[in-house]
Parts: sequence; C-alpha cells; structure tokens
Amino acid sequence: MKQSLLRYLPLLLLAAIWELVARLELVSSTALPPLSDVIAAWIDMIKDGELTSNGASSLYRAGAGLALSVIVGTALGIGMAWWKPVNVLLAPMVEIFYPLPKSALIPVTVIWLGFGDGSKILLIFLGCMLPVTVGAFNGARSSEQVLVWSARSMGANRLRMLWDVVLPSAMPELLNGIRTALALSFILLVSSELIVAQKGFGYLIGFLGANGTYDAMYAVVFTVAFLGFAADRVYQMFVQRMLLWRQ
Amino acid sequence: MAAIDQAPAPPALRILRSTLWAGARLVSIALLLTAWELVARSGIVTPFQLPALSAVLERIWNDAASGDLAINTSVTLYRAMVGFFIAAVGGVVLGMAMSRSAAARWFFDPIISVGFPMPKIAFLPVVILWLGVFDISKITMIVFDAIFPVVAATVIAIQGVERELIWSARNMGAGQRELLWQIVLPAALPTIMTGLQVALPLSLIVAVVTEMLMGGYGLGGAMMTASRFANSTGVFAGIVEIAVVGYALVKAMALIRRRLLIWHQESQNFPSP
Repeated sequence: MKQSLLRYLPLLLLAAIWELVARLELVSSTALPPLSDVIAAWIDMIKDGELTSNGASSLYRAGAGLALSVIVGTALGIGMAWWKPVNVLLAPMVEIFYPLPKSALIPVTVIWLGFGDGSKILLIFLGCMLPVTVGAFNGARSSEQVLVWSARSMGANRLRMLWDVVLPSAMPELLNGIRTALALSFILLVSSELIVAQKGFGYLIGFLGANGTYDAMYAVVFTVAFLGFAADRVYQMFVQRMLLWRQ
Repeated sequence: MAAIDQAPAPPALRILRSTLWAGARLVSIALLLTAWELVARSGIVTPFQLPALSAVLERIWNDAASGDLAINTSVTLYRAMVGFFIAAVGGVVLGMAMSRSAAARWFFDPIISVGFPMPKIAFLPVVILWLGVFDISKITMIVFDAIFPVVAATVIAIQGVERELIWSARNMGAGQRELLWQIVLPAALPTIMTGLQVALPLSLIVAVVTEMLMGGYGLGGAMMTASRFANSTGVFAGIVEIAVVGYALVKAMALIRRRLLIWHQESQNFPSP
C-alpha cells in the first residue's frame, strides 16, 4: 500500500498542482476548472444518472463490437495460418486494410447503419478485427512443428490438432492482438461518438463542451480515460492467468 | 502449416510456385474490386450505400485534377508527420532520460503506465478549449497520442541492451557519449523502431479524427464535408485516398526499418516474408 502510494505520488502531485493553479486563477477557470469542482460535478452526474446511462450505452457498443471482432478475427487468423487457399484469398486484403487509419471508416458506417448503436458496433468490429486476425495468424503460424508432428503421429486429426495444439500455442500472440484491439475500441468509440451520436460518453463530452459546463466535461473525459486504463489493467491480469501454464 | 506437407522442391520449381502464389494474391485483390463494382451496379444496394468503384475513381480523378487531392493529402501528411517526428524525438529522449536518471523514472513512470492505455482522444475537447481548432491543437493531439508507445519501447529497449556489450565497451575506454551513440542506441534500435512503427499509424488515425471533428482542409475534413452533404461517393473516395496514404506510410516505415537494421540478425534470418 505504502509502496504503491509512493509509486503514484507523481500523479497526486500533478493533481495538487492542478488544484492550486486553478484556485489561484493562474489560468482562466473556464479553461481549467479546479479539480475539486470537477469531482463535485462527477458526483452530481452519477447521482442524476446522466453518466451511468450514457456510460452503459457506450460500454454496450464497445463490448459488442469487441466481442464480434475477437470471434471473427481469431477464426480468420487461424484459418489463414492453417489453410493456404484461405491465406491466398485473405492475406492481400489484410495487408491492404491493416494500415488503413480506422477512423476513416466512421462516415461509412454512418452511411450504412445510421446514427445509432449499429454504426458504432460495426465500426469497432471492423476496426478491431485486423489486429486480432494478425495476432492469431502470427501465433498459429509459429506453433512449433515438433508439437504438430508429434500430435499427428499420435493420431490426432486436423480439427483435434487445431484445438489442442495450434490454438494454445497461438494464445500469447492472439492475446496480445486482443490487447491492441481493446485500446483501439476505446479510441474508435469515443471518436465516433464525438462526431455523430445521440448518447454515450463521446456525445456527453461534446454536449457539455458546447454548453460551456467545462467542469462536467472534464469529469466525463477523465472517466473515459480511467475506464480505458482500468480495462487494460484488468485484461492484463486475465492474460496472466490464461498463460499460467507457460510458466 | 502447409509447408510441412511439401517435400523440398528444386529451386526452379520453387520460384515457379512462389510466382504462382504471388499471382493468386493479385487475383484476390482483383476479385475484391470486381465484387465491389458488381454489387454496386446490381441494384442490391443503393448508390448512396455503396457507390460504384468506377464512380469513386472518377471522383478521385476529379479531385486530383482540381488540385484538391494534393492540398488535402499534403495538409494531412504534414500534420501527421510533424506530430510523429515530435513524438519520435521527444519519446526517445524521454525514454533515455527515464532509463538514466532515477528521478526522471520516478516522476514519469506512473504517468506513462497510466497514460499509455488511456483513450487520449477523449481529451480532444480539452485541447480544443486550450489551443483552438487550428494546426497546433491537431499536432498537439497527435504528439499526445503517439509519444507513449515510443517512450515505452525506448525504456524497454535500453533495459534490454546486453550488459556485456556495455562492460566491454567501457573496458575499451569508451566515454559516456560514445557509449550512448555507438553501443546503447544501435543495440536498442530494433525495439525503438517497433515503437515507432506503432506510433506512425496512430499519428495518421489521430490526424484523420481531429480533421473530422474540426473540419477545414485535410483528407479527414474533406470526408466529413462530403458526409454532411450526403455525398457518399466523396466519402468512399476519402476512404480510398486515406487507405493509400496509410499503406504507403506503413510500407515506407518497414523499408526504413530494413535499411537501418541491415546489420541486425533479423534482416539476415528473414530475407522477406
């Protein structure tokens, strides 16, 4: 406890400087409302449910898009590593779409599915799928030949081998790809909601900013930032448990 | 996987086979483009949902002829590259400072480890509030997003430099400066490059998003304008243009990596994927 307090002391220091600078009016209080005001605004928004209802719809979009991308992306990546024809068909497309700045898809998903949940879920699904695909592909491709051979000599059929040998050995790189996808899903969620939405964190940030209630806007911004950070930490703990068998 | 089924083939046959596979890859792209054109013309979808490839190409041609394409592309590239370079230099310097000075590490380590996984794009309205809607706030946003992977990679890279290398260089009388430029930085370069390769596409993503939100010139701004006027041909033209720019940047970065690391094992063990 004391150790982690010492470790995160610089962050507390920054928070203290923020409060001090704002209270002494060194910068205008519209540009930087005091931290205590921001915290008060946050508590108000939790109480009247504004933050939780918008947050719930954001998390639903991110979760649904991410889940789809993990399922489809893993299947595509392992398929590409396992069957050459799939590879020949898909690898060039992956190579072309992988460097595409995913944010460019925002207007297209709006054209296809409108302003609601659907377009955000599609955007997050499309944007997050390729990192997962590439991770699964690299992992499955590098599964050790010795393991594949011995499984085969022990009479495992192809499907069995896929499940028992290839998937586990693809796991570390796959999980790494999913971590990239997780970070990307927050970026895409917030930017698409900032641009077009009727609810969600991004919408709330834009709305509060346009209204000039900056302390509340700061509160939402930091809530999103914290959620992104917390999601990554929780995911890393999950990964550590998943990979325990690898020592 | 399929490789283990094949017996080692004589060189001529192998070259033939790899050319055939390469040809098949081109066919895949051609199939995708043909499918686009056919689906768009078949009437299953409206031209608003999916304009024909030919219409999109025509629009890109018109943009190029009127000079808009050149202006928008160069504006976007300018922002992304300036942001990327500031993040690259700043990130490497900060990373080096963190691995050399305990005070710098104490102060910045929690900031980096908390800030890296955060969706920094959420801070965009705050940055607009402070810096306005012009280049400076866009570039600030790009630096803010792209610097984290560079710092993290630099710290890990310098930690990973073999102690023996440093000891022997010191033994042979290398000073601090020589040690840094001739031993530590080259040995850390592969990992630093990996960090830069993460930061570069990120710079472009953020450049496009900020342009979409603030409007004005730039590929993202042009796409948003087209979207406001329900001009879906313009939107798809924007996607194609941005995809080409992204592809070119990523390829160029991979090329630079191969050039810079030509002495490194990775270039020798894997001729080309």
